[in-house]
Amino acid sequence: MSKTTTDDTPQAADDQDLGAAGSQLSTAPTEEPPNLPSLGVIGWARWFWRQLTSMRVALLLLLLLSLGAIPGSLIPQTGIDETAVADFRERHDVLAPVYDKLGLFNVYSSVWFSAIYILLFISLIGCIVPRTWQFVGQLRGRPPGAPRRLTRLPAHTTWRTGAEPDQVREAALALLKRRRFRAHLAGDAVAAEKGYLREVGNLLFHIALIVMLIAFGWGQLFKSEGNKLIVEGDGFSNTLTQYDDFKSGSLFTNDDLVPFSFHVKEFTGTYERTGPNKGTPRTYETELTYTEGADGEEKTALVKVNKPLKIGDAKVYLVSHGYAPVVTVRDGKGKIVFQDAVPLLPLDANVTSSGVVKVLDGYRNPQGEKEQLGFNAFFVPTFGGSASGTMLSQFPALDYPVLALSAYHGDLKADSGIPQSVYQMDKTKMKEFKDAKGELFKKLLMPGETMRLPNGAGSVTFEKDVKEWAGFQVVQEQGGGWALGGAVAAIGGLAASLFIQRRRVWVRAVEGPDGVTVVEMAGLGRSESAKVPEELGDLAGILYDRAPGAPDPSPDPSDPTDTDPVAVPAEGAEK
Amino acid sequence: MTLAAATDLAAAANENLAEISNVLIYSAMTVYTLAFFAYIAEWTFGSRSKVARTAAALTPEAEAKKAPAVTVNQAGGTAVLERPKVVVRAAAGSRDVPDGPGAHGGDEKGDLYGRIAISLTVLAFCLSFGGVLTRALSVERAPWGNMYEFNITFSTTAVGVYLLLLALKKNVRWLGLFLTTTVLLDLGVAVTWLYTESDQLVPALHSYWLYIHVSTAILCGAVFYVGAVAVILYLFKDAYENKLASGGKPGSFATSVLERLPASASLDKFAYRVNAAVFPLWTFTIIAGAIWAGDAWGRYWGWDPKEVWSFITWVAYAGYLHARATAGWKGRKAAYLALLAFGCWLFNYYGVNIFVSGKHSYADVGLGALRSVGF
Ligand code: HEM
Repeated sequence: MSKTTTDDTPQAADDQDLGAAGSQLSTAPTEEPPNLPSLGVIGWARWFWRQLTSMRVALLLLLLLSLGAIPGSLIPQTGIDETAVADFRERHDVLAPVYDKLGLFNVYSSVWFSAIYILLFISLIGCIVPRTWQFVGQLRGRPPGAPRRLTRLPAHTTWRTGAEPDQVREAALALLKRRRFRAHLAGDAVAAEKGYLREVGNLLFHIALIVMLIAFGWGQLFKSEGNKLIVEGDGFSNTLTQYDDFKSGSLFTNDDLVPFSFHVKEFTGTYERTGPNKGTPRTYETELTYTEGADGEEKTALVKVNKPLKIGDAKVYLVSHGYAPVVTVRDGKGKIVFQDAVPLLPLDANVTSSGVVKVLDGYRNPQGEKEQLGFNAFFVPTFGGSASGTMLSQFPALDYPVLALSAYHGDLKADSGIPQSVYQMDKTKMKEFKDAKGELFKKLLMPGETMRLPNGAGSVTFEKDVKEWAGFQVVQEQGGGWALGGAVAAIGGLAASLFIQRRRVWVRAVEGPDGVTVVEMAGLGRSESAKVPEELGDLAGILYDRAPGAPDPSPDPSDPTDTDPVAVPAEGAEK
Repeated sequence: MTLAAATDLAAAANENLAEISNVLIYSAMTVYTLAFFAYIAEWTFGSRSKVARTAAALTPEAEAKKAPAVTVNQAGGTAVLERPKVVVRAAAGSRDVPDGPGAHGGDEKGDLYGRIAISLTVLAFCLSFGGVLTRALSVERAPWGNMYEFNITFSTTAVGVYLLLLALKKNVRWLGLFLTTTVLLDLGVAVTWLYTESDQLVPALHSYWLYIHVSTAILCGAVFYVGAVAVILYLFKDAYENKLASGGKPGSFATSVLERLPASASLDKFAYRVNAAVFPLWTFTIIAGAIWAGDAWGRYWGWDPKEVWSFITWVAYAGYLHARATAGWKGRKAAYLALLAFGCWLFNYYGVNIFVSGKHSYADVGLGALRSVGF
């Protein structure tokens, strides 16, 4: 816009006039050069605020945000894959501490990443509030009156008609109103504007971004996530103590856990038998019975990979699967001291598994002393055969199950007070059983086979029953609905803001020097678009039918108003 | 126990259809190659044209003689008009450069070759569409289970977008050569490095969200690609116009090629429209992905590499749209941003799939699931 207010040439006055016509076609903040302020603290604060809420800084912050997100996708993150982080630390003892200092193992909760998006959202709020007021002001006011020379607008048309100026203006007003323009009569011309939904959409979109961010943050604070491994036939009730591991947001309390319980009836897995994808799962599902609340009615459900079970706010996901061979341990006298399905953890895609069988109570060695037994277990659902030279499983299904056990006795240190993994054995106080050659006693067992421990110490039987277990993740998260609502609003707002044009139309009708009415029409959009002249032509056509053309009396090709090549820019294109 | 169930395999892929699909894809490549040569012929014959409208509009001598931007003057007419004619003038600051005539440069033979090229493109499109369709039928699911399938669908979609724009009478014929070149590269990569036997999906991909999320992702990619080509050509054409306007003399090859393209302002506008039009769809794609992730993995957003790069791509395109509204960032700077954004999209597709491991790599479902449980 022209800043030369002291300049009184007609040209400058004209420019101002045209500038006013094009003003306020949007609520985008105007850019000011980042001049440093000279006033004290308040001056600086105001300057800082102006900068923060300017388009330029918003753009820079957006770019910074995307740059900042990159390292988190290339460096292992604690929140996603802790073992990968541990791996990385072992391999890079120089880099790891540096990364730690920079928060690079935790990018998305690091101080600097948070700083960027918090600044961006402050900027966003600081941007939206004044834009909303401005927009309300625009809605309350009326479209600005016609500039003096409509011929200098990006699209215009004119004709002479026999109709009276009043009639033309009235017809134009009615026409524009019918086309849902906001129109009014201002002096000798009708001023009209349409497409306010663009601004509504844009504001809605930016507000929806804030809603989504808050919903996401809220969800993180109240989120809980626990894992539980359950063997077929066993059950689970949703209390903290039953979980294998449990994580929760900082505002989560244990009372927030949704009360329910479930029983695992059966896990079903089938796998591709042939082809390049041999071994990838095809069916992967678990049948459950569950009850809501303390004593609800029992229902059945099928939980699959993409189909969690929803109970109130909680969702139960099937996340893993493995085998639990049933093992019986007898003492030297043949008394059963242990009989149970022992869940083993898979090591690879073909479910080669390992774990420990622990006999904690009830065993007495041949000398009659109380002792504990431990067996390192290694299990393959499909053995390659002893000739294959490998103990690794060949296929994930139970085609040729084999259990390998190695035996220890002594003290498992289970009551030392230190929590112990059920899948690992603390061997510090354990002694190996020895075979005839003096080596660790170990054996391969097929289902139904029994191995006798040396010196009448008892026996271990791999029963003809291999159960399967399923790993479940129970997640409770709030704010999902808000995030989704925000997302839908964001898309709607975005579409409105990108596809709707905000534009103005003016129709002037005055009596010419020879007494014939001259009609002038012009259109102006926020950005240059083919739609504006198209629509103008359309409107002009209809108006022309109401106020048909009159013949031209005196051709005057050197109309001075039309030779000026300076046109009005669409707003935003200024400077 | 499920020993019995384990042997009960899901339906085997139909080998015959898969074979037909491969033949169709190879045929499509052959026809694209022919189309490619036809486009080359169009450009070659077009180079005989001596039209130099841009130069005429921008060289200093021309500037002096130039009539005012508006030459139509309705008031001067004597006849009673049927309908008033709308006069359009360019905004101040933008150059008033006419669009080039297209690759054929107004040359009749060139135009003929161009039309042949388009017919061949239509044929190749039908073939590759058939290839995708038979692939889908052979596996009885959406053909989006692996990168080979993504690639063939992607190029089919990109060409589809081009033909659709042509059918809508948009001025996009100049895209033809650039498009067939990349489509050939894309299909070449697909059949040589990415080829995967037709097969069924891992359970994680069994969801109707696959149809929604992946199909929109591919469509967005195809449209972003068309936008990126327009941006690159804009940068060349803009540099060319700048040189002419400042009195420079561009090389004859540059002149020959660039004279025939639309004006830089038109290219810029086209690129903006295309990118802006798919941005809401891309937003939707990410949200659909988040909903799917909520069902499949128990969290709708977890900063998985694929999610991170979709987010980066989204922010970069948002930055581009912002840049267009920011004084001092329009034009070339905004164009660089658009290219950066497309680069992010490409990296998300190829880079993340190949170099970065995350939940979106479906090769090791078993271990991946375990890791997510913290074992
Ligand atoms: C989280 C960060 C932000 C994102 C992702 C974002 C995204 C977008 C997108 C995609 C558009 C395009 C829609 C359109 O052109 O109408 C847009 C437009 C706009 N944004 Fe933002 N924005 C963000 C922050 C801001 C901030 C901080 C400001 C204030 C300075 C702002 C002001 C605007 C304005 C004025 C427009 C309209 C431009 C126009 O009318 O052409 N945005 N924004």
